[in-house]
Amino acid sequence: MSELLRIQNLSAGIEGKELLHGISLSVSEGETHVLMGQNGAGKSTLGSTIMGSPEYTVTDGNIYFDGENITNESADKRAKRGIFLSFQNPIEIPGITLSEFLRNALEQQTGMRIKLWEHKKKLKAAMETLSMDFSYAERDLNVGFSGGEKKKAEILQLLMLQPKLAILDETDSGLDVDAVKIVSKGIEEYRKTVNGALIIITHNTKILEELHVDCTHILSNGRIVKEGDGQLAADVLANGFEKYIGEV
Amino acid sequence: MSRKTQVSDIDRSLYDFRYEEDANDFLESGISPEIIREISDEKGDPDWMRAFRLKSLEIYHRTPMVHWGASIDGLNLDNIVTYIRPKSRMNTNWDSVPEEIKSTFEKLGIPQAERESLAGVGAQYDSELVYHNVRAEVAQSGVIYTDLESAMHDERYAEIIRSHFMKLVPPEDHKFAALHGAVWSGGSFVYVPKNVHLEIPLQSYFRLNAKGAGQFEHTLIILEEGAYLHFIEGCSAPKYYEAGLHAGCVELYVGKNATLRYSTIENWSKNMYNLNTKRALVDEGGKIEWVSGSFGSHVSYLYPMSILNGRGASAEFTGITFAGEGQDLDTGAKIVHNAPDTSSYINTKSISKSGGKSTFRSAVTVNENAVGSKSSVNCESLMLDRISRSDTVPVIDAKTDQCDIGHEAKIGRISNEAIFYLMARGICEEEARAMIVRGFADNVSKELPLEYAVEMNNLIGLEMHGSVG
Repeated sequence: MSELLRIQNLSAGIEGKELLHGISLSVSEGETHVLMGQNGAGKSTLGSTIMGSPEYTVTDGNIYFDGENITNESADKRAKRGIFLSFQNPIEIPGITLSEFLRNALEQQTGMRIKLWEHKKKLKAAMETLSMDFSYAERDLNVGFSGGEKKKAEILQLLMLQPKLAILDETDSGLDVDAVKIVSKGIEEYRKTVNGALIIITHNTKILEELHVDCTHILSNGRIVKEGDGQLAADVLANGFEKYIGEV
Repeated sequence: MSRKTQVSDIDRSLYDFRYEEDANDFLESGISPEIIREISDEKGDPDWMRAFRLKSLEIYHRTPMVHWGASIDGLNLDNIVTYIRPKSRMNTNWDSVPEEIKSTFEKLGIPQAERESLAGVGAQYDSELVYHNVRAEVAQSGVIYTDLESAMHDERYAEIIRSHFMKLVPPEDHKFAALHGAVWSGGSFVYVPKNVHLEIPLQSYFRLNAKGAGQFEHTLIILEEGAYLHFIEGCSAPKYYEAGLHAGCVELYVGKNATLRYSTIENWSKNMYNLNTKRALVDEGGKIEWVSGSFGSHVSYLYPMSILNGRGASAEFTGITFAGEGQDLDTGAKIVHNAPDTSSYINTKSISKSGGKSTFRSAVTVNENAVGSKSSVNCESLMLDRISRSDTVPVIDAKTDQCDIGHEAKIGRISNEAIFYLMARGICEEEARAMIVRGFADNVSKELPLEYAVEMNNLIGLEMHGSVG
């Protein structure tokens, strides 16, 4: 399988404070990676930096996607290349409906006009997968959505945009058991339709139960301290991080 | 790598064309009893109006300059030409309007708009109305829509005008009301009889073409019991180096259980002083709905006032202000609750960019007799950069505790988080910003007449790239 994302010796931070120190990581098509670590370990910072958040400045190292160096590219260009980030706290945007927003984003990414009728049909099917009431399509993006609906709307965007690489930043946190099931179903659907790669940031076993995990990376203080296969994720969830963090 | 983006200014090319005028048509600049008499002679004012103008002039001279808001030091009243002789008499036939005036209005979409969606149209060019027309079926229903001056000379309306003219906004109100009383010219008179509902709007368009001039139109609207009207007012002027002055006056009488919707889109050039006074008196069960978009002018003072004078009367004010470079827009709304069970709702948005300044003032007064009244004021401001400014000045004066008053103000900037969120979905930074600004203005722009809402969305969308600041 060909390599999709390669992170080489990446250091990044905010205003003079380095948060990631020399991270290296490689993700190939069709793989599922899990990022674990305690709060503040740098998981979300890494996810946002891969997406191109202007909040973080890369001070060293490079990010390659499909063989091209994207370290200095803006987030919209990365999105067009096929990188997707599901936000921990999706932003409310009044004045544009979820449906219009997705159509707009798809048109920006593909550079082609999308017929409204076809768009609605596809959207409806995706919403059904996620047991979302279709009325949400005509509501302003995330405005007044509950925490659970916001997370579902993120997965809906994943299904509609079909990126090559999806980074899910604690998409399962704060959700009840049923909602986690629905999110898992959405991820499964994404796997089925796109031979993409996943990077999942999570504290939760539930979301991993249905997935085959290829690689687990444990972060501590901005460094990868332990790597392994799916079994490592299971061990951490059963026994905690301490053992691995202590090894540093 | 930092790239500063900006929401562009309103494209003014549509408004900035102009025609030269003949110097002989100008009355001398400045304000003196001689000039006032000359205006009265030009117009053939009835005696009461001659006296009214001169009395207003006296009040003007003894009233101090306004000082509470934006600076108007750049306005030299001695240089303002208060009256410009019309090139044309009032016409009801568009074809007989002089060519250059006609082409001005045609570029602005009048009377095209009339043909498409209006019950009637009035167009004022400099000091005088040049065109007025209503659809036959509207006229048959007893609705009167004409210029105020011919109405004043028509014996059927003379008395009603005399008994209402500047009674709501007396010349004593403030210096520019006094000035208006002395030199007013042009404007519209609308009368809607009992229980007549006008389903389609009437529109007046005011265009100030001459440089260094003032426009002082007077709008008087009277709705009888149970009537309904939507009136749209649009204003623009081309850009000159000399400052221009707009000191119009709007008086609205809303009868028992009547509803008046008054929409204004003001897009004066960026060197205009827009010192406008608008007031509505609302009777029992009646309703005034103001929709106000302020985009142009150098300095604006604009605070439409609603006096809720009968039980159950209500007022709704929806406004948006967009202040760009060199603009100081001081806007807001005033409400007086002067009867039981009255209600008011104010909802405004303001956007400032490129050093523009917007100030929102609200003044809600609940008199002792207004028990059971409700008022809600909500204003939000968005600053698009670090050099722009936004202020909110709410005043609440409740003389009874048996009322329910709420006020909410929010001032903010576009959050970087929101921009990143949109960009992470493939939307470029410029479009992301425009999307957020449009969203911010959304619930107000929905209230604007359609063609203006489209114009507003376009101006927000007009781009914005590359300029490093």
